Amino acid sequence: MTVPPGLHYTPEHEWVAIDGSIASVGITDHAQRALGDVVYVSMPAAGSAVTAGEPCGEVESTKSVSDIYSPVDGEVTEVNEEINDDPGLVNADPYGAGWLFRVRLATADGQLPPGLLAPADYAELTKDTE
Amino acid sequence: MTDPDASQPRRTPLTAVHERLGATLTDFAGWLMPLRYGSELAEHRAVRTGAGLFDLSHMGEISVTGPDAAEALDYALVGNLSALAPGRARYTMICAPDGGVLDDLIVYRLGGEEFLVVANAANTGVVYEELRQRAGGRAATVSDQTADYALIAVQGPRAAAILAPLASIELTGVKYYTGRAAQVAGAATLLARTGYTGEDGFEIFARPGDAERLWAALSEAGSGGALVPVGLAARDTLRLEAGMPLYGNELGPDVTPFDAGLGRVVKFDKPGDFVGRAALAERAQGVPRRTLAGLAGQSRRVPRHGYSVLWDGQARGTVTSGAPSPTLGMPIALAYLDPAVARQADGDGARGRLAVDIRGSAEPAVLVPLPFYRRPADRG
Repeated sequence: MTVPPGLHYTPEHEWVAIDGSIASVGITDHAQRALGDVVYVSMPAAGSAVTAGEPCGEVESTKSVSDIYSPVDGEVTEVNEEINDDPGLVNADPYGAGWLFRVRLATADGQLPPGLLAPADYAELTKDTE
Repeated sequence: MTDPDASQPRRTPLTAVHERLGATLTDFAGWLMPLRYGSELAEHRAVRTGAGLFDLSHMGEISVTGPDAAEALDYALVGNLSALAPGRARYTMICAPDGGVLDDLIVYRLGGEEFLVVANAANTGVVYEELRQRAGGRAATVSDQTADYALIAVQGPRAAAILAPLASIELTGVKYYTGRAAQVAGAATLLARTGYTGEDGFEIFARPGDAERLWAALSEAGSGGALVPVGLAARDTLRLEAGMPLYGNELGPDVTPFDAGLGRVVKFDKPGDFVGRAALAERAQGVPRRTLAGLAGQSRRVPRHGYSVLWDGQARGTVTSGAPSPTLGMPIALAYLDPAVARQADGDGARGRLAVDIRGSAEPAVLVPLPFYRRPADRG
């Protein structure tokens, strides 16, 4: 299981990458492994507002469905349309081509909501589970 | 996530093999079983196009032997087992006195006075106890032999070609729903042409000590990409596409075989009484309480076990199994419907009236004939 440095994580297994005022969001390697093959991702629409800690989408796999919790507050600027055609990207490359959506952060100073985990803490959280 | 206080799940004779293959293991009915080895979609597709190798050693094997074995099973089960010829197998059920299903079973008649009853892992204890009690007073011995068998399945259009070079008998002589003694890779087995995938295939009952060698021999015979190990996740989507019921989903103590559309397994014309006869005879005559139906989802969201089926916005049924169908590329589900709804939903005017409540949103669905998937007729 990989937990790349430089990202922030949620206890609900999302990752977020910050680039200036834009946050990119996806689900972690741990999450995609636990879910199995992803067959559909329901994502927030571009232009919609998301709130940290609130569900904003769903990931469907063959065996189960899980909510996506937004790691940040802001407005969705872009969703990864390629996921619609190839949901398997979430399994194959969860931190890269399998990104889900981008958010313009509500806080201009780039301050992140409390509760996000550093890579080491997220790795610790998931180390004993499959 | 493991609870340190929970008793450890049982290991099959092949669990170590699954671990070496890097499988994701799960506790299923008290057994540590492979959920998937890699991608369950790839495993599913391998069974539809090539072949899959399954460890089914968690299934229960119960032998019923003796001069009265056939008579005991005729009384204990809803099927007519005394009419089964040696070498043949039969899909049947064991019911409670009220007609509720205690388990669905495959019974192999190995000889005139020898039967092997294969039960679901979760129900093996119940089936064994019921068979023992129901055979009481007859010259029949009931024995739980689950620990004496490894069960390996090879399923898919390439199954026969892969197995043939290893088998001591001609597979053309092993017809669907038959089983006979044969050597496979030098191991003594009961070789049966049965399965739970909707494809041609075989189930191989072997000694636990031979299991690893058999698995290796089959893997070797199927190397080159045609045969892949397949876990329980794909086994579930394979059986669902094939419209086959799963105990705990479509079948249970509150369901009769008639509810499940499987009334044909109840043989009222067999000699003698059987457990559940009176209740089942009543159910066979009356209006069904519910009808098992196939649904196809019209969106990409997937109906899951327990979701409500809506007709004109009203809950009139419940999904028992649902999954994104890897073969059909759409969500499919089995559901119990109010019979009146099942009739109307079959008609032309049904468009837009049938839906599944998927976490608060009514997602449109249509009724489709079962099974969802039938293998091409030009393949075995």
